[in-house]
Amino acid sequence: MLRKRVIPTLLVKDGSLVKTKHFKKPIYVGDPCNTARIFNEFEVDELIVLDIGTGNVQEQINYRLLDELASECFMPLGYGGRVTSVAQAARIFDLGYEKIIVNTGALDNPELISDLARKFGSQAVVVSIDVTRDVFGHPHVRRRDRGKYHFSPIQWASKVSELGAGEILFTSVEREGSWQGLDLGLLKALVGQVNVPVIAHGGAGEYSHIRDAFDIGADAVAVGSMVVFHRKDSGVLVHYEGNMLHG
Amino acid sequence: MIVIVDYGVGNSRSIKNMFKRIGADSVITQDVAVIEQAQKLLLPGVGAFDPAMQAIHERGLHGVLQHKVMAEKVPVLGICLGMQLLGLGSEEGELPGLGWIDMRARKFPAMEGLKVPHMGWNRVFPTGHGNLHSPDVEPRFYFVHSYCVKTEDRSHAVMTAKHGIEFDAVVQCGNVYGAQFHPEKSHRFGMGLLESFMRL
Repeated sequence: MLRKRVIPTLLVKDGSLVKTKHFKKPIYVGDPCNTARIFNEFEVDELIVLDIGTGNVQEQINYRLLDELASECFMPLGYGGRVTSVAQAARIFDLGYEKIIVNTGALDNPELISDLARKFGSQAVVVSIDVTRDVFGHPHVRRRDRGKYHFSPIQWASKVSELGAGEILFTSVEREGSWQGLDLGLLKALVGQVNVPVIAHGGAGEYSHIRDAFDIGADAVAVGSMVVFHRKDSGVLVHYEGNMLHG
Repeated sequence: MIVIVDYGVGNSRSIKNMFKRIGADSVITQDVAVIEQAQKLLLPGVGAFDPAMQAIHERGLHGVLQHKVMAEKVPVLGICLGMQLLGLGSEEGELPGLGWIDMRARKFPAMEGLKVPHMGWNRVFPTGHGNLHSPDVEPRFYFVHSYCVKTEDRSHAVMTAKHGIEFDAVVQCGNVYGAQFHPEKSHRFGMGLLESFMRL
């Protein structure tokens, strides 16, 4: 039996570790390498690094930071942020990452997914889908720089898995940083639609939230606030209770 | 010195990082002269079977590997696809493998609810054979693979795992060792295994 995964997610901005709420108001949390080292000590199942960027279109992938992070981590590593080409991905794999996470790059150029899958195998390609709900509660794919699209995340998820995505990282923008639990309704629809593993992200604040997501079929839950803060509206405390998290 | 054979496929960097952490000297190279000096060999591997075998041949590494392993009896550890290359061949390709262990890689059977690739953390079960160990009582490792092996001679199976079917997670035949999972990505469990390889 494969173990369900609980994946701490590090948000990096301008070389610092931050945490957002609804993707906004980044709070400084600390040094990404130190934090990665602590998660390594806790023997986390996997680690995701997302560089959310400063908004400067000229900004490059911070390979030096990625290299430093990987040298501290003896667990599977995924990286997302500004990956738009196979060449960039190859360089990141060489540093010791096994999964590349694409989001905007795949929306702009869906063939990027199949190119990456052909070259590195589907298991190495994660497509990240940010979802926002409108006032009527209808879900839409949201794009970081331009807001929502008028197509359904379920359709997009089917398309990306046909193109060769090996995993889907599904993030609820409204739940992100909220501690209020994951968007289980949408998660259930998503898990029913695609055959690839789904990583549920956005809203986990308690162990029970993680278990709920596992119960309806998520293969993994990505956690942010709940493992970098002591508790809601409290100070920074990097922690990870493996046994509790796995129920 | 441990030589990590660089033939263009695999996560050599992570393996070197872990060797560094446990205090073992290692070098990543495709230089035949350096490989000739190796006291231990590590064969990484990610991707498909035939391109990997081709890469070994194209770089002219087959002869030196064969000599080190079969004549000099230097311990060699194959990881993931690198382990499958140690066998006779694979359903995934046409080319013969290195042929150092009597086994063939087969695709996981299509079974209801069974996801392939087998990706993630799974428990392994020591068989009592061989001399590679992980110190933990309930060792678990990180796997990513769509093909798996089972040795013909069951005394060559050191650890087994289950994913729909039972398959070999660690194999050994004399000085030839293989691990289907990624020790370099498996925390202290993998570190323990690499330490026991280092001490051989």
